[in-house]
Amino acid sequence: MITSNRLDATFAALADPTRRAILARLATGEASVMELAEPFSMSQPAISKHLKVLERAGLISRGRDAQRRPCRIEAKALEEATDWLENYRRLWEGNFQRLDALLDEMKFSGKRHKRTRKQGGS
Amino acid sequence: MAHALTLTTPSDREIAMTRTFDAPRDMVFEAFTRPELIKRWLGVQNGWEMVVCEVDLRIGGTYRYVWRRTDGMEMGMGGTYREIVRPERIVTTESFDQSWYPGSAVGTVTLVERDGVTTLTLTVLYDSREARDLVLQSPMESGVEAGYRQLENVLASLRTEGDGAS
Repeated sequence: MITSNRLDATFAALADPTRRAILARLATGEASVMELAEPFSMSQPAISKHLKVLERAGLISRGRDAQRRPCRIEAKALEEATDWLENYRRLWEGNFQRLDALLDEMKFSGKRHKRTRKQGGS
Repeated sequence: MAHALTLTTPSDREIAMTRTFDAPRDMVFEAFTRPELIKRWLGVQNGWEMVVCEVDLRIGGTYRYVWRRTDGMEMGMGGTYREIVRPERIVTTESFDQSWYPGSAVGTVTLVERDGVTTLTLTVLYDSREARDLVLQSPMESGVEAGYRQLENVLASLRTEGDGAS
């Protein structure tokens, strides 16, 4: 079970287009702040700010190399967020499939009821 | 075969679900409002059963649902009926006993029937004012809802990147 705080952080981190682009870039392999800053035409401090948000959300981790501190994607947090959405969808898919079955039953007994009534009336 | 469930976020404060059912809408309406029918389908999976289902179907009337899992854990929610237009529209307030989102929410069920097939739209609108203030401290609602919209983009781009790399 994941805490909702963690999920909040994940979703908040994903809500920003630059951060999503950073994640997409990191999906191809690790990169330094400098390498990340280049294609976004953003300053390194601005990128660092985004990286901190992503790191807090557990979506990325930073290497120990003091100079370069390469960033890499942490697939697990992303999976957890997806799982949460999937659970929501699955819950309602389950609900609606049971509702399908119930409606079929209602239609069947409704028809039977009508037929009985018709027969009774004729 | 089961019909597809569509999940969307029409605005920053809403989550909407759309689904069709092979049944007339008065039947779907019944299934949403009669306790003995609600208990048959709503939230009763993975060991959960509905142990309380009380419905006072009139404007201003309340409803109360409690689910219990096989291990004894309970989850409850309830609210008030704001609008009832049989068999096409139900508007209720809803709040969970142990709420994971700020404030309460308003749920709207609309039922549109064509050729005996009913299209259900279920929209949940989250409480704005209170939610918004809380969102500033803990970005639950906006985050989650933006997440719905954005997560697919991220996953799509990750998938594309992944394919390209392999």
